[in-house]
Amino acid sequence: MIQYLQTLGAQTRASFTKLGRATLFLLAVLSGIHSVVPRPKLLLNQLYSVGVLSFLIITISGLFVGMVLGLQGYYTLSDFGAEESLGVMVATSLVRELGPVVSALLFAGRAGSALTAEIGLMKATEQLSGMEMMAIDPLKRIIAPRFLAGLLSLPLLSALFSAVGIIGGELVGSGLLGLDEGAYWSQMQAKLDFQGDIVNGIIKSIAFAFVTTWIALFEGYDAIPTSEGVSRATTRTVVNSAFSILGLDFILTALMFGDH
Amino acid sequence: MDNNPQPSNSLVSVRNLSFSRGDKKIFDDISLDFERGKITAIMGPSGTGKTTLLRLIGGQLSPDQGSIWVDGQNVHHLRRHELYTLRKRMGMLFQSGALLTDMTVFDNVAFPLREHTHLSESMIRTLVLMKLQAVGLRGARHLMPNELSGGMARRIALARAIALDPMMIMYDEPFTGQDPISMGALAHLIKSLNNTLGLTSIIVSHDVHETSLIADYIYMISESRIVGHGTPEAMRQSNSAWVEQFMTGAADGPVHFHYPAKDYIDDLLSSGKRY
Ligand SMILES: Nc1ncnc2c1ncn2[C@@H]1O[C@H](COP(=O)(O)OP(=O)(O)OP(=O)(O)O)[C@@H](O)[C@H]1O
Ligand SMILES: [Mg+2]
Repeated sequence: MIQYLQTLGAQTRASFTKLGRATLFLLAVLSGIHSVVPRPKLLLNQLYSVGVLSFLIITISGLFVGMVLGLQGYYTLSDFGAEESLGVMVATSLVRELGPVVSALLFAGRAGSALTAEIGLMKATEQLSGMEMMAIDPLKRIIAPRFLAGLLSLPLLSALFSAVGIIGGELVGSGLLGLDEGAYWSQMQAKLDFQGDIVNGIIKSIAFAFVTTWIALFEGYDAIPTSEGVSRATTRTVVNSAFSILGLDFILTALMFGDH
Repeated sequence: MDNNPQPSNSLVSVRNLSFSRGDKKIFDDISLDFERGKITAIMGPSGTGKTTLLRLIGGQLSPDQGSIWVDGQNVHHLRRHELYTLRKRMGMLFQSGALLTDMTVFDNVAFPLREHTHLSESMIRTLVLMKLQAVGLRGARHLMPNELSGGMARRIALARAIALDPMMIMYDEPFTGQDPISMGALAHLIKSLNNTLGLTSIIVSHDVHETSLIADYIYMISESRIVGHGTPEAMRQSNSAWVEQFMTGAADGPVHFHYPAKDYIDDLLSSGKRY
């Protein structure tokens, strides 16, 4: 029992010191981020590997999620004779919740894990120390552009996810189930609120982008510099990102949509 | 408190340095001086902390006690940007090479130039080709680091380390992984870089023969202390058991091949424990 408490204590302490390191890391990255401005090429390269390469998985997933929403929504709504509201239902679900959340989860799996592995391996092969000894700060040269790229990419990918999903819902609704196309779009336009739905969705995806990219970069930078250490760090990135995204989503949803 | 204890002819001075990793004492109150314009070698058995010493000098690790002075500055009292300014003048050749794996050999050597100078691309090209020519690998400029052998990677890393024309270079095991021909060429290169560019060189090496040919001064470290120092000539004539064992490579002597451990037979017989 004592031993159990001791382990628990040690683990708690370890998590807190890690949180402290992560915070210091974040502050250092944020204070170095201005150095990316005069080097747009660094940012473009990262936007490509972080953002553009996640394009396909986001588009395809968005399409299928939208199609499923279309089907399920249609079955439920038709019980109440409210099929015309399918457009609103699909769009609000996507813009408020599924778009930001699912694309962030996919992003953590596709881009976050790759970032952790890349940074971790650079550490394991002494590339980061090598850079420090060349008087080049890896936080500015390597981490900051990746952080910015993640922060910019995910909101755009979330928007893409929602847009493709809405089209997917429409394809199912009017193509497969014979719903009136005009009703799908006009109801959506009438009911979807710019401030309440779209802006809040964007805020969510920015928050997820911040947290996911932070976790991915920190786990790589903090990894034990061996192959096993890097592989564990990669796993932790995906797991911790998923928890943070879902937990944060709950909090943000409560704050944003609480008074509806 | 920052009064400089450096003799005027030393570029790097280590004063009463102690450093531990966990419970393991790596250095216990050691002092060394590295003279300007000279090649000083640090030798000692594997795992004594030679790489650690270079990292301390480069300011990547901080001493528990004592101080390290480079060109009149206390490395561990510098502010971050001062340390970075100092590092531009210190080249370091890592044991593993530490090349950036996502760019070609050419771009690796050009990397510090592009980061720290505003030279035109044609100027950079000229400089890079000169440095690559010096290490004999101008023809390998299009290769990626994963297409290089270990020895080649280390020579490219050397070209990169001298790209900014530093005042000193720290070589971590430059000779391992080199065939006899490139070993000789490399030793010659280190010597001639040192003499023509007026560099100060610190070499960490196991290779007694090659090192004593080019070094002006040798420090031997073992079990967290300096066990001998002097010119290669003096070292060869030394009657210290440590030095003699290392210079002749005998397996028996004060230096042990084994990492500290409890008695071997006891260890084998204590069954039931995992470690
Ligand atoms: N990150 C670390 N954490 C804990 N201990 C370490 C770490 N790095 C090195 N050590 C320990 O420090 C000691 C010195 O290591 P170092 O790499 O400096 O040795 P070395 O003299 O360069 O050896 P070699 O000649 O084999 O390269 C070793 O005993 C090692 O166990
Ligand atoms: Mg070493």
